[in-house]
Amino acid sequence: MRNWIIGSALAALALASPVAAQEKVKLINVSELSGAGATAGTNWKNGIDLAVAEINAKGGIMGRQIEIVHYDTQTNPANTRAAVQRAIDEGTYAVLGPVFSGPIGASMQIAQRAEIAQFVGGEAANLTQQGNPYIFRTSLSQTAAMPKLAKALATDVKAKSVAVVWVNNDFGKGGRDAINAELAKVGIKVVADVSTEQGQADFAADAIKIKNANPDAVFAYLNEEESARFLRAARQQGIDKPIWGETTLLGAKVIELAGDAANGVKGHVGLSVDAPMNPLRDFGRKFRERFNYPSDHNGIKGYNAVYMIKWATEKQKKFDKKGVADTLRGATIKVSEEPGILMDTTILKNGDIDRESFLAEVKAGKQEIVAVLPPVGP
Amino acid sequence: MSEFLAYLIVGIATGSIYALAAIGFTLVWQTSQTINFAQGEFVMLPAILVLLAVKLLGVPIPVAVLIGAAAFVLIFGVGFKRAIVDPMLPHGVLPLAIATMSLAIIMKEGAKDGFSAEAQSFPSPFAADTVSILGTAVSVQFIMIIVVAFASIAALQWFVTRTRTGRQMQAAAQNPNVARILGIPVERMVMLTFIINAALAALASFLISPIYLAKFSNGETIGLFAFIAAIVGGFNQVRGALLGGILVGIFDSLAAAYVSTSYRLAVPLALLVLIILLKPEGLIGRKEERHV
Repeated sequence: MRNWIIGSALAALALASPVAAQEKVKLINVSELSGAGATAGTNWKNGIDLAVAEINAKGGIMGRQIEIVHYDTQTNPANTRAAVQRAIDEGTYAVLGPVFSGPIGASMQIAQRAEIAQFVGGEAANLTQQGNPYIFRTSLSQTAAMPKLAKALATDVKAKSVAVVWVNNDFGKGGRDAINAELAKVGIKVVADVSTEQGQADFAADAIKIKNANPDAVFAYLNEEESARFLRAARQQGIDKPIWGETTLLGAKVIELAGDAANGVKGHVGLSVDAPMNPLRDFGRKFRERFNYPSDHNGIKGYNAVYMIKWATEKQKKFDKKGVADTLRGATIKVSEEPGILMDTTILKNGDIDRESFLAEVKAGKQEIVAVLPPVGP
Repeated sequence: MSEFLAYLIVGIATGSIYALAAIGFTLVWQTSQTINFAQGEFVMLPAILVLLAVKLLGVPIPVAVLIGAAAFVLIFGVGFKRAIVDPMLPHGVLPLAIATMSLAIIMKEGAKDGFSAEAQSFPSPFAADTVSILGTAVSVQFIMIIVVAFASIAALQWFVTRTRTGRQMQAAAQNPNVARILGIPVERMVMLTFIINAALAALASFLISPIYLAKFSNGETIGLFAFIAAIVGGFNQVRGALLGGILVGIFDSLAAAYVSTSYRLAVPLALLVLIILLKPEGLIGRKEERHV
């Protein structure tokens, strides 16, 4: 009897030992699951969940299953800081998220101090201009996207004047500064520079202001829900000039929320499930099957982030947190090596990425890719 | 001038929705002498119930609107009165006010967890066209919001002042003890007030959600503006709530246009402070005295 008790205790100890715990690799996602960024954060989270399920089904990363944990930041910078710190304290292998640029800016130093790679969905230009070697984008930055947009407005629309409507947060301010600089370079005048607030519900006054400025085109740089509200207000107030934007404005959620008001909107899209590329389309199909709605670019970003971690770990052939960042900086991940990356992607030394992108238009409630644009770099 | 007219119409349209919500504050105040801090959430929830009905029952939007409105009036008109107001009121107005604060949190978090944290599209019954008024292109949707809101408030005013039941409601609100002596069924009249409040909140919800999109957090903004509107106009007057709502809507629209969207909320708040300092009973409110 006594031997049986000792044997059981030893067996229990063995099960609870670090050797058993090492069978999993823990990833913690810190994103906007409620608040103003809920749409972006939920898509990002679902993209992560899809990637984790796929990787685990195929045996995990180097034989280890991924354990994924999600924390809601409520789109609040203070909560984001606390959640990133908690993720690190709980031993995350890398930090996933957040998506909004403001909360990223407020929390990225924490992961940097811990020397842990952080994969974010933000596009604000300044995020990768602060010398943080542990921050990695999953989408093009504003500095890569805006020159393409300004060129399209000058050549395709032949616009001489543009009204810029932007959201007054880090993402919006960065985008507004970047597009205004690029518009000046191609000789387009900004006739209305309309600042709006994150979470703003009523855009009627802004739409009237823009309409009365009588621009040749409108450039909208807002978050998802605000983009949809603005498009509805623009149509209600009779704005009939071309409305252009960057990835978010043409996202699936914006199209769904804006309804008919989204038709005719054009812009630059960094990632799209409608792109003429089989890996992206396959991802879009799998996402829809699992979550019963179409993914926007944030879903692809979350999915990409997990596969970037997988690729880096397999490349360095060990589970070294700091090594993930070291391996990724300056690397090019090809779809032929890692299909989960979906598009050949070069990660620059500062954490920016470079790859092909698209010009798109919303037609009959669907985003259609009208041109594939080459990467900025060689 | 045409630009100003466009801002003015937008302000009146959103203001008339605030007025519908603000009337709810005045109705609850008149019958229970307390403030319903869940009034914003009362406007947020009906649209979400409609979308839930579409999702769960697969019914078309017009049917879902009827189901959502009926469910809301039943739960948050009759149910609110029976489950929260009746048990709490004997303990004083402060516990009731705190109970409505709790209700606001429960409604908001319940909508987030039970439905969605994301905004959802809510269809507008009106065309997305514009019409020309004095040379200014004006949204048909905003004109129709003004028409529907004003018609509803006029109907309410007619009901309260010109019908026997309406006058009984007023009597029950002004002096329930005397009303009881006169044979007025005070309890039934108070219940009717809560039902009307819920119905107006549902109407406001269906008018504002196509613009704001249906989202669990909508009540914060709407509740705040409606509260300001009720104080500005006069907390104890339906006409005051209407005037306050329109003024707050216009101030908000003009502030967004001529000041800045960053400071637009500050302008109605400044109006609120001004009214509290100069005419604390509201622009057309009655002075009330209490002995403590």
